[in-house]
Amino acid sequence: MYEYYAKWIREGKLKVNSDWNKDLKIKFTVQDPCQIVRKSFGDPIADDLRYVVKSVVGEENFVDMTPNKSNNYCCGGGGGFLQSGFKEERLAYGKIKDMQIKATGADYCIAGCHNCHAQIHELSEHYGGHYPVVHLWTLICLSMGVLGENERTYLGEDLADIYPPNVYLNED
Amino acid sequence: MTDEAIKISGKKGSYFIDMVKTLLPEGGNLNLCLTCGACSSGCPATGLAGMDPRKFLRMAALGMDDEIKASKWPWMCTMCQRCIYVCPMKIDIPQLVFNARTLTPREDRPKGIRDSCDMALKVDTCSAMGCSVEDFEFVVGDVLEEIREADPFWEERDLQAPIDKEGAEFFVNQNSREPMTEPEEMAPLWKILNLAGVNWTYGSKAWTGENYCLFMADNESWKKIVTMQTEQTEKLRCKTYLNTE
Repeated sequence: MYEYYAKWIREGKLKVNSDWNKDLKIKFTVQDPCQIVRKSFGDPIADDLRYVVKSVVGEENFVDMTPNKSNNYCCGGGGGFLQSGFKEERLAYGKIKDMQIKATGADYCIAGCHNCHAQIHELSEHYGGHYPVVHLWTLICLSMGVLGENERTYLGEDLADIYPPNVYLNED
Repeated sequence: MTDEAIKISGKKGSYFIDMVKTLLPEGGNLNLCLTCGACSSGCPATGLAGMDPRKFLRMAALGMDDEIKASKWPWMCTMCQRCIYVCPMKIDIPQLVFNARTLTPREDRPKGIRDSCDMALKVDTCSAMGCSVEDFEFVVGDVLEEIREADPFWEERDLQAPIDKEGAEFFVNQNSREPMTEPEEMAPLWKILNLAGVNWTYGSKAWTGENYCLFMADNESWKKIVTMQTEQTEKLRCKTYLNTE
């Protein structure tokens, strides 16, 4: 999906921008999903993912994890772990991911994968980091001013009431 | 790393590792381990259930099939492939893990995964949460109507969430979690696709994004789900199957 988000932004179809975050300066990091990056498309799609994120939150507001891209650590949400019943082990598995995220100092973790989203969200609560974990589609819509009231479940308090102007209105 | 010593038993006739080697290109390089430990040192599952990737591979190489079969560790490894990525010999430990899951009888495999797989096999949608075609159509229509009524912008843009639209460019899949537990979370993607001018559709059948039968290592069943997804995509003459976030 990320390659298409990137393509549509490059082609000017998705009019995303990061003006909303110029003064807020909210910092974001991103989880590279193993299935999409290391196991399928490699670093090029990780670069597309970063292009989308930076276009949406501002280059200066993006902080990468270490290590990252194809060398990134799995969060522990994949392979059926979420449904396997081994909760204690799953949270122990995710400790390294939680530490990686905290080390970035970012306010938010973007997880553009369902399993990653569920697992990292739980890690954030369990290990007390309480950083919000958001889908990429949420931020893309927020940046274009089209994110609805009911579509803000995963945003933190700092963004819950941020409504940038709809960039598709009064285009002419 | 773990500090528990490995005890070797006598030689047996047929080994699990030899069976896995016949399944993989180049035998998964399963004979090439240098025991360097790069896999284990960078694996988040190291230490869980007293196991790590190197130990697991060495146990298989030593023919400790009973111990492998008894271990719960194959269900704690996500098969993320970071071990292959850092391995100088590119040894396919994740495939060894995947096949180790098949050593547990189906009825004894983790209930959560098994139930999700079985549920998906019962419904035309392949939804692991059992969402029916009718439920899916209803909830999609309901969310769409609400957005269009709340904001004239989307009425004007003619926001749609098509199901079974023949000839659409993209067949878009959908994780069951949204229609079943947080339907409003489907809408941001619809908006993005609308604004980008994309010609897309869901399928009434096999729209699901998840496939727990794969995690179950139930080859016949996960293949059935993938086949249904492919058939629905081809039936609608869609060019691209799009796996979403």
